[in-house]
Amino acid sequence: MKKWAYVLPVCAIVLLVIAPLILNPGAPFDGAACMAEDIIMKINPDYEPWRAPIWEPPSGEIESMLFTLQAAAGSLIMGFFLGKLSARHKSNGKKVNANAEKA
Amino acid sequence: MLMSLVRTRRGQALLLAGTLPLMLSAPRSASAMHIMEGFLPWGWSLFWTAVSIPFLLLGFRSIGRIMKLNPNYKMLLALAGAFIFVVSALKLPSVTGSCSHPTGVGLGTILFGPLAMTVLSTIVLVFQALLLAHGGITTLGANVFSMGIAGPLAAFAVYLLAQRTALPRWLSIFFAAFTASMVTYLVTSLQLALAFPMEAGGVAASLVKFAAIFAVTQIPIAVTEGILTVLIFNVLYSYGSQELAGLLKPRKEVHLH
Repeated sequence: MKKWAYVLPVCAIVLLVIAPLILNPGAPFDGAACMAEDIIMKINPDYEPWRAPIWEPPSGEIESMLFTLQAAAGSLIMGFFLGKLSARHKSNGKKVNANAEKA
Repeated sequence: MLMSLVRTRRGQALLLAGTLPLMLSAPRSASAMHIMEGFLPWGWSLFWTAVSIPFLLLGFRSIGRIMKLNPNYKMLLALAGAFIFVVSALKLPSVTGSCSHPTGVGLGTILFGPLAMTVLSTIVLVFQALLLAHGGITTLGANVFSMGIAGPLAAFAVYLLAQRTALPRWLSIFFAAFTASMVTYLVTSLQLALAFPMEAGGVAASLVKFAAIFAVTQIPIAVTEGILTVLIFNVLYSYGSQELAGLLKPRKEVHLH
């Protein structure tokens, strides 16, 4: 029962991510904001973005490196704290067992 | 060398001269899910910034209170922030043939209430605006409002309502996280529609256009986000039940911290 609480959600997520690639082969899979930009330009062709990003990653490689860094840093922090919680849970369990044996 | 550039007046002038061409260079379209730099007229930029600032201040106060309540909550707060960080970097494909990413604010909203999420979202949005040209500083207020205020508030309302029904808790969590994701992008669509009404049909027609992109793309991604949030909660229920019991106890009077 408990195992399924993890296995089922993970399977569902994998399916949800893969399904679009199968259902929609050949789609560009651009960012949604790129498409929004096109609409803005259609609604108001004269609109000039009045400010460019202060800095842009010089290439797709650098950009993907920064995104990976973001995800890795976040995962590291999550893993650290989840690990801490699970270690505490285990040592609490031992304490409870030890107390039970004493009693 | 770098420090002297920042410290001395001549260094500052050099820095300014160096960055100015960057700032003035023609904007290139960056593939981002939040409103891009410069893509809101300055009046709207100011407006959304002004709206978001009070929430940000309340958010700092809320986080201060949470930390005082129980030092262990700090761990869960870091976890909630890290979760936003991770999922914001994951641009997932959607059935519409475009990509978008989850917001991740549902998890923290359920744990700490919506105001704390304003602060966490702002941190992530600033990081992405400065380093990834994803979103922007002029549009930061608008993006903080959609992802850090509107999304979490809606999610919190849904969670509280769902908890009053007989729904199991995991389903309440799913709906709350789903709502956070959807409302974020619906509000983004509304913000763009307000700034760019169509000649025929005005704001409403424009909203339909933007929502057709942002909101429809987001539906399967919001489902993924909901499932992911339930998954994290399952882990927390197993290992952090003490903290969860303190945070999720049914409150007699509903306060947003």
